Amino acid sequence: MDNIKDNQGDVWEVFVQSKPGLPHKHAGSLHATDKEMALQNARDLYTRRNEGTCIWVVPSNFIVSSLPEDSESFFDPSDDKIYRHPTHYVMPEGAKHI
Amino acid sequence: MLKKSSTDKNQLFVDYFFVKFGQPNKNIYNNMDEQQKLDAFQAKIDAEIKIEPKDWMPEEYRKHLQRQISQHAHSEVIGMQPEGNWVLRAPSLRAKVVLLAKIQDEAGHGQYLYAAGETLGKSRDEFIEELQTEKAKYSSIFNYPTLTWADMGAVGWLVDGAAIVNQVSLQRTSYGPYARAMVRICKEESFHQRQGYEIIAHMAKGTPEQKAMAQDALNRLWWPSLMMFGPHDADSPNLGNGVKWKIKRETNDELRQKFIDKTVHQAEVIGLTIPDPDLKWNEETGHYDYGKIDWDEFWNVVKGNGPCNKQRLEHHKRAHNNGKWVREAALAYAQKQKAKQMVA
Repeated sequence: MDNIKDNQGDVWEVFVQSKPGLPHKHAGSLHATDKEMALQNARDLYTRRNEGTCIWVVPSNFIVSSLPEDSESFFDPSDDKIYRHPTHYVMPEGAKHI
Repeated sequence: MLKKSSTDKNQLFVDYFFVKFGQPNKNIYNNMDEQQKLDAFQAKIDAEIKIEPKDWMPEEYRKHLQRQISQHAHSEVIGMQPEGNWVLRAPSLRAKVVLLAKIQDEAGHGQYLYAAGETLGKSRDEFIEELQTEKAKYSSIFNYPTLTWADMGAVGWLVDGAAIVNQVSLQRTSYGPYARAMVRICKEESFHQRQGYEIIAHMAKGTPEQKAMAQDALNRLWWPSLMMFGPHDADSPNLGNGVKWKIKRETNDELRQKFIDKTVHQAEVIGLTIPDPDLKWNEETGHYDYGKIDWDEFWNVVKGNGPCNKQRLEHHKRAHNNGKWVREAALAYAQKQKAKQMVA
């Protein structure tokens, strides 16, 4: 068979830490058949210009996501809790450093 | 009904991921008829809220993006060939490592774009097959040969220059994964144009023969570069929805004009002449007027009759087939590792 189907390997998500101390940030995805290949491909694809100090790769199907169409009900528990923000509180006139 | 804040929070984790919970019957779109869905979708677009892979979208929007993103990805990949032609003949070691780095970037840009395309529900294999069976197109500029080293200059300066104008605009496209790929590509692309301009500027101030070579490259690649932006707006069948859905943020003619306006001066600086006798500054519009583009040539190349169409596709198929054993070996190795893990 000339064209084998679905033989590009699994899809992996790539997270790159750009400097020590910063969080790993989603950079994109790639195909690989195993974890070493995923890491090496991630290095070649997402850090060709020293963009990273550390890379995480995760098989895409291991990631659990909320659904966009559920986001209204899913996130609404925090909608009516403005007291979670510092701006909710009234400070006495003249108080500083608070 | 549509809340901006929750969409933003959500954005990062929506891409590509398999969904493990939540039933489709909770979908707010399920209680709407087709027109209401379209209206809600359009309201989101108008509010500049990006569309993400799991969001409801009109089938036509999905198709439009699949076509445009895959065409863009194929162009990056096929675009490696005219430049690959010069790797072994680069005039210096510096020129060679630069050219290699540029070609490697193009491969990377193809990968970003295929990944963005795959979020719309088509596999990488399907995209590749569509390219190889000529169901999908790539930019017709890559069906022109690169005859001299000056062409490496002209390709970087003009072809990458035109691509940048288009891609800068596409950073604001309405589909999230496509927009993110464009941001990444634009960051990397400006070196491409500068290295091309450096090559052609260097030749333009060389011997008379070298200058003639530079002028010849400009003569051959100028018009095909203008054609890269596609047909005039009046003749562009897909423009309507593309603009309405903010897939395209500027029209073909607007982008082409931007490219011309900024390139004319760059040619003057290095003492080369743009091969268009009708090119002249228009005080009134604040833009350059330009001559008639030969659309017969454009359509002829799009239909597969350009100088290199056959060669480009055959090379792609050959490389793909030559890599088959590597893909098979990688898969076999992965299966072996998995089997070992099961035992342990």
